[in-house]
This record gives sequence, C-alpha cells and structure tokens, in this order.
Amino acid sequence: MQVVRDAMIELTVNGRVQRVDVDPQMPLLWVLRDVLNLTGTKYGCGGGVSLCGACTIHLSGRVRKSGTTPISASADKEVTTIEGLSPDGEHPLQRAWQEFNVPQCGYCQSGQIMAAAALLARNPNPTDDEIDEAMAGNICRCGTYTRIRAAIPRAAKEA
Amino acid sequence: MIRVENVSRRSFLKVMGMGTGALVLGCRIDAEGAVGTARAMAGPAFEPNAFIAVSPDGTVTIVAHRSEMGQGSRTGLPMVVADEMEADWDRVVIVQADGDGRYGSQNTDGSRSMRQFYQPMREVGATARHMLVAAAATSWGVDASECEARLHEVIHKPTERSLGFGELAADAATLPVPSPESVELKSRDQFRYIGSETSVVDLPDFVTGRGIYGADVRLPDMVFAAIAHCPSVNGRAIGYDADAALAVPGVQQVVDVPGDGGVGGGFQTLGGVAVVADTTWAAFQGRERLAIQWEPGPHAAYDSATYRQRLEAAAEAPAHVVRESGDVDSALRSADRVVRASYYVPHLAQAPMEPPCATARFEGGRCEVWAPTQNPMGARDEVARALGIGPDDVTVHVTLLGGGFGRKSKPDYVVEAALVARHVGVPVQLVWAREDDIRFGYFHAVSAQQLEGGLDREGNCVAWLHRSVFPTIIATFNASARRASPNELGLGLIDVPFAVPNLRVENGDAEAHVRIGWMRSVSNIHHGFAVGSFVDELAAAAGRDAKTYLLDMIGPGRTIDLAADGVEYTNYGEPIDQYPLDTARLRNVIEVAAEAADWGSPRPDGRALGIAAHRTFLTYVAVVADVSVDDEGLPTVHGVYSALDCGVVVNRDRVRAQIEGAVIYGMSLALHGRITAREGAIEQSNFHDYPVVRMPEAPRTMEVRLIDSDALPTGVGEPGVPAVAPAITNAIYAASGKRIRELPILDLGGARRG
Ligand code: FES
Repeated sequence: MQVVRDAMIELTVNGRVQRVDVDPQMPLLWVLRDVLNLTGTKYGCGGGVSLCGACTIHLSGRVRKSGTTPISASADKEVTTIEGLSPDGEHPLQRAWQEFNVPQCGYCQSGQIMAAAALLARNPNPTDDEIDEAMAGNICRCGTYTRIRAAIPRAAKEA
Repeated sequence: MIRVENVSRRSFLKVMGMGTGALVLGCRIDAEGAVGTARAMAGPAFEPNAFIAVSPDGTVTIVAHRSEMGQGSRTGLPMVVADEMEADWDRVVIVQADGDGRYGSQNTDGSRSMRQFYQPMREVGATARHMLVAAAATSWGVDASECEARLHEVIHKPTERSLGFGELAADAATLPVPSPESVELKSRDQFRYIGSETSVVDLPDFVTGRGIYGADVRLPDMVFAAIAHCPSVNGRAIGYDADAALAVPGVQQVVDVPGDGGVGGGFQTLGGVAVVADTTWAAFQGRERLAIQWEPGPHAAYDSATYRQRLEAAAEAPAHVVRESGDVDSALRSADRVVRASYYVPHLAQAPMEPPCATARFEGGRCEVWAPTQNPMGARDEVARALGIGPDDVTVHVTLLGGGFGRKSKPDYVVEAALVARHVGVPVQLVWAREDDIRFGYFHAVSAQQLEGGLDREGNCVAWLHRSVFPTIIATFNASARRASPNELGLGLIDVPFAVPNLRVENGDAEAHVRIGWMRSVSNIHHGFAVGSFVDELAAAAGRDAKTYLLDMIGPGRTIDLAADGVEYTNYGEPIDQYPLDTARLRNVIEVAAEAADWGSPRPDGRALGIAAHRTFLTYVAVVADVSVDDEGLPTVHGVYSALDCGVVVNRDRVRAQIEGAVIYGMSLALHGRITAREGAIEQSNFHDYPVVRMPEAPRTMEVRLIDSDALPTGVGEPGVPAVAPAITNAIYAASGKRIRELPILDLGGARRG
C-alpha cells in the first residue's frame, strides 16, 4: 500500500509550474531553497516571526515574507523571486543598485530589491518617508540604507 | 619583498583551469608582520601557489586568498595586482582560494587585508609586467627599456608595434623571474585602478540572487541539519526524546554531537544534539521536539544584573596599572576640579545577516567543507582536530559570507557540520537559526569603566585616571584567564593620545561566563565610548567647545611612543616606526569631519552636534553626529559626518561604503545593542529583542570624507565603528543636557538592565 504523506501542492514560480510534495505547513522559503533549489531568497530570522526581510518575494504580485508564508497559502498562486524579477538582471532596480554600488556582503539584497520592486509597483514616485516605511521590514546588517534610499528614486525615474 | 616563482609548468595548474601556454606566477605570501621587509625563505621548502595566470587568450586570472564578507577585499586586492601588471580590468577573472597554508594567513579579520597585502600584491603584479615586457622585447629583438606595458599589451615605443598579453604568455612562461630588486613598482601618478571607484566583481550576482553563500551550496545526496546547544555554555545533554523528533515528516536521524567548546574551549563546538532531515525546515521542526534534559555546567548561574554589580565594584577599586606617567593621585588631589564618571556597555552579538552555517562531506578519511568563514585555515585545523585526522586531509572551500563582523572567524559551526557529516555518511548542510546565532555567539565583552579627570583653574586636564574591567577574549581559550591581553588593552585604553601630564590606566580582573569574542573593532567599542564621552564631559565641565577641547587634549601634532613610557603596546601587531601613533593625523580628521558638519554654526532648538575621534586598527577616524532630541527625550540622528585617514586608498567606493556601514553598525549598538544572561542562558534571541538599525532610523545625511594620503594603507572594516556611539551621546548631551553613560541609549520598554 502506498502512503500518501501530503497532497501535492501546485504553484507557479517565476513563470514555471511546480508541483511539490511537502508538509503544507512548510514555509514557502524552504520550499524555494531546499526543494526547488532557488537559493536567491535568503533565510535571516526564522519561522514564526517576520523580522528581517531577507526572504522577501512576491506572491500574486504582492510583497510577502516567504519565511512566514506556509506553502499551502501559495497553492495555485504565482510566486516571483529575485531569480525571476527580470529575465536578464536588467530590472531598473537591479541597474540602479549597480550604479550606486549598493550591496556590501549582498546577503540581504535579494529581499531589499524585491521589497523595493513591490513599492515601485504600487507607488512609482515614493518620497523618502514612503521609502523608509516600505523598506522598514528589511534589515541590512552591513548598513547600505543610505544607498538604497538613493537608488530607489533613480530606478523610479528610469522605470 | 615577496618571492615570486614561474610555475607555468607545474601540475597544479589544472586547479586554475589553465592549459599549456599560459604564464603562471606563484608566490608564497607570508605577510604576518612587517610589510616591505625581506622575508627569509628556505629554498627547497618554497612551495608557491598559483597566483596570477595569463592565458593565451589574454584572460588574466588572479587568485583571491581572502574571504569576501562585504568589505570588498576580493576585488580590492586583485585591483592592486592588475594595476601593477597593467592588466585590463575587464579581462581579469578572480578565483577564490581554498584554505591552504601556502597562502600564509588567510584569517580575514583585524582589518588586515589591505594593510598586509598591498605591497606583496604590487610586487607580484609588477613581476608579471616585467616578464611580459621581457618576452615582447625578446621577440622583437629590442631592448626591454624601449618597451612598455600599457593596458593589456606591450608596446615598442620607437615603432609603436604592440603585442597583447595573451600573445606573450607562452614566451613569458619560459623566462626566469626577475630578481626583486630589478622589479620597478609604479609611481603613484601611474596608478590606473588604485584610488579609483571600482564596482565589486560580485555585484551582478548580488543583484540577481546568484551569489553562493554558505547555505546556497548544493551537493548530490545532501541532507540538512540543525543542532540544539545547551542554554548555558559548557553544559551537555543527558537525555532527549529522539523518537519525537523522528516522528516529524522529513526527519531522518538524531545525532549526538560531542564537543568540548565553551569557555576555555576555543573554536570547538559547544556540543549538543543534531537533527538531520531532508529540508532545513524539517530539521528545525525536529529539533523543537527533542525535549532535551541538560546538565547545565559551570556557568549556569551567570546573571547579567549580578555580574554588573561585580564589574562596577571592580571598576571602583585600584587594579593592575597598565600605563602610568606623572603622579595622578597628587594631581587629582591638587586639581581645581575633579570630574568622575562611570560607563557601562553590555555584551553585544555580531549578528551577521547570514547566520553561521556550513556544508561538509566526509569520505575515505578525508573531509571537505564549504563554509562562509573568515578563517579558512582555522576551520581546517579545528575540523581536523575534532575528527582526529590530519589538517592535510581537510579541504576548506570559502563561499561568500553574508557578513562576518568577527563571528565567522570562529569555526565552531564548521566543526559541527563535519562531525554530523561523518556520522551520517552523506554531505550535510548544518544551519544555525537566528536564535542560535544570538544565543550561542562569541560575545563582545560586557564592560564597566570608571574615569576621573583633574582640571586646573583654566579647565585644562592635568590628570587622567581610567579603569576598565571586562572579561577577556583569552578566556575563550583558557577558562582561568581574568586579565585583558596586551592586545585588548591596546584597543583604545592604553593608547589614548592625550597630552595630559599625569595619566594612569588600570585594568581589573573579570571572569568570563560566556564565550567572549571579537566583534567589529573589538575593545575599541567600549573604550572609544568611555573615552569619547569623558573628554566631552571634561569640555562641558570646563565650559569649552567640545571640538576645541578635544584638540587641546590631544595637543600638538606628534608621534607618541608608548614604549618609551614603559608601556607594553602591541600597535595591532605592526612596527611603531612604520605605523606610528600620529596625533597630527588624528587632529586632521577631527578638523575635516567638523568642517563637513559645519561645526559651530547655529542649530535649531533641541538639535546639536556631537564629536568623537578614535584611532582604530591604525586608521584615524573622526565622527560628528547631528542629533535632535524630542520632548520625550528620544533622539533622532539626522546626519553623520565621518572623516577617515587610512593611508593610501585603493578602492575609494568600498572604503566609503565600509564607513557608511560602520556608522549604521555603530548606531545599532549605541541605540539598541544589548545581550544579557539569566541563569546562564542568553535572554535575547532574534531581531525583536536584539534590534538593529532599520531604514527609518538611518540618517538622512551620511557624508564620508577620505583623507588623501601617501601613508601605508591600513584597514577600513572596523575603524568606522568606535567613534559613532560617543558622537551620538555627546550630541544628545549638547541638544538636551542629558548625559548618557550606559549603552544602549534606547531601552526596550522596561527590559532588564544589565
Ligand atoms: S549587504 Fe550585507 S546585510 Fe545587506
């Protein structure tokens, strides 16, 4: 007799349909990283809390922390990760990030860029205060905040 | 001087993916200690590693032997090589070195990379240039003096003929290496990349999520692991419920991890119980179910509030004198006024964005690890020790580091991955949760300090007494150590640069009950805070301008020779004649930072500037903070202006970035940083109770001025931190009259002090 551990969950990640057979409670972050091997989305603070933003992705176009999103909540939805933000790494934010040499260690930057992309999608011309508010959930321990604050308006202008 | 050898025909070239016809230069880098002095090397033992290769297609490959953790070394050191070589940066490929004794120390901490390798990198690059020029001259049958290397080709000046580096590689590979004396280095005006603003080589990967950090390593058949440690260090597990963990879907095994880490245990694992699973998440879930009973060990009574009382009492009693000049006691007795203040800085955690993690494979008696480590050779040695195999049977591959800040110099987590991998027989990736990172760190030392200053009638400081008490890093290696090491004393305590005639510095005993470790700028954090604050207090007592008073304390520009005063001063391991303690440079950064901030101009009510300056890891930094304080006493940092003198600047952009980052790091510890223990266990666990600065708190103005200098280059990773906290608290005083003598500035709604 075959034991079916979990129901298959189907979701679309960066335009590709994926079926995964995992505990429905498993956060999307770990499905992306450990099951689908999409390691651009990072772990930084852990399950149950949403404190650092390293795991930020888009779920059906809305900004989400994949570390606190159970995979069951992503079923039949569209997930976009840093790997899928643009086909060639030429999203205006990715270009602005390079122009301003934003990253230091780079670890938080997938999450920063995904949070910034969601901000620009709903507010094409954010003020400094709006940037601060939208980005407050994303920690950068290397301290690249002032460059992020400069790079977002530049990307906004180009978009 | 570095010894360079032509190794174009050695077998190890396949490591760099080199075919035949490439010019490959090897060298052995032993850069501990002095730069530019000849290093004796025994001929037969000389075992170079490939370092630069020029392929027939013109690609120049340069090995990066230091870890990349955001400071830009992986780009900066190759820039130096490429510059001397006259290579075209666009045709340079960088390969990360494994942990290997032939590279000399690869320990990437102490802000050493540029300090120790600037000169050797120049020599290697210049040697390659000479050989390529010689090869071209030979093929043209002309004198080498008529030829010049220019941007990836060699030109015959009289005829303007040229040959590309790639075309010359095979011929150059047959030439002997020129003697070091005959290799001419570039002059400063010939630099192409040194002093430029260059994007790091990893930048495209950083913005597309393609960079490979510790937990991004994927190996065939790899499993994931999490480990539970005893809440108090040096404790151990005496029982647990393996079945409950195994009942979690995806959990495969529960593994005992023996370990003699802890206080006195150096870089070995604390030991504990590991759960192996098919995903990281399942491993974390399984670990929750273990219900471990712990034998809590000798530090189970550690309580920060009680310990604080002991430290503060010690700071009030006479202690070991570590520097003395003049007669402080009588000068204090006869002073017109005596100012006293006590300062307290709690434990801190480095909290790099990427928590510790490592991947290991054990096969046939050999261990291979992939780790984000600042200390690849230390990792190799500790893994070898824990597994009982030889260091040569361990290979350490260095991934990108998601921040280090000193935490990743300690390879305990690498040892854990290796032990679990040996047990399960397939590759294992062991990941620490953020909670593990905060609770089981190598913490910055908690400290209590007492200062007394005697002022004469004019308000000048004539007596300085500073007593500092904190548990020492040495205790991490020797549990009975009670006194600070000369290195720790030399981090902002005994090396105060003041022209005060009567001065005494003391250090009191303290025991360690957690692992003490270095964190970005180390003891300079607490010493810089106390000294930077106290000078400001003296200025206020004297009724003088803070910046002028600081300059007066420092006195005229001069070099200070502490050894002449009988002080054991280690000067960050560098000779004092090459890296003098130069007050003129300190004065200069103060003036430049003050000018950047428009010191002395009027500010709105409730808003003011504060200043502090510090020499850290041989680099001179001054910081001015622009702060307002609201009606509830809460500060807002509007602007931070830094000036930095680190000698020759290689990559201006990355130097500035390091200072910007250090300002945020310094703000985090000043505003929020506090680690406390109760019943031996660390009370904090994640970014909700160990907060760090986020975007809304980051200053709107961040200005970094770099001093143009010909001095030997010194580090920039750590030096930006120490002056930040006192600059902010001094600004708060100036804005509100409230003097802050204890960090963090902000209290977490009634959290326990301690
Ligand atoms: S760049 Fe290192 S944490 Fe943001």
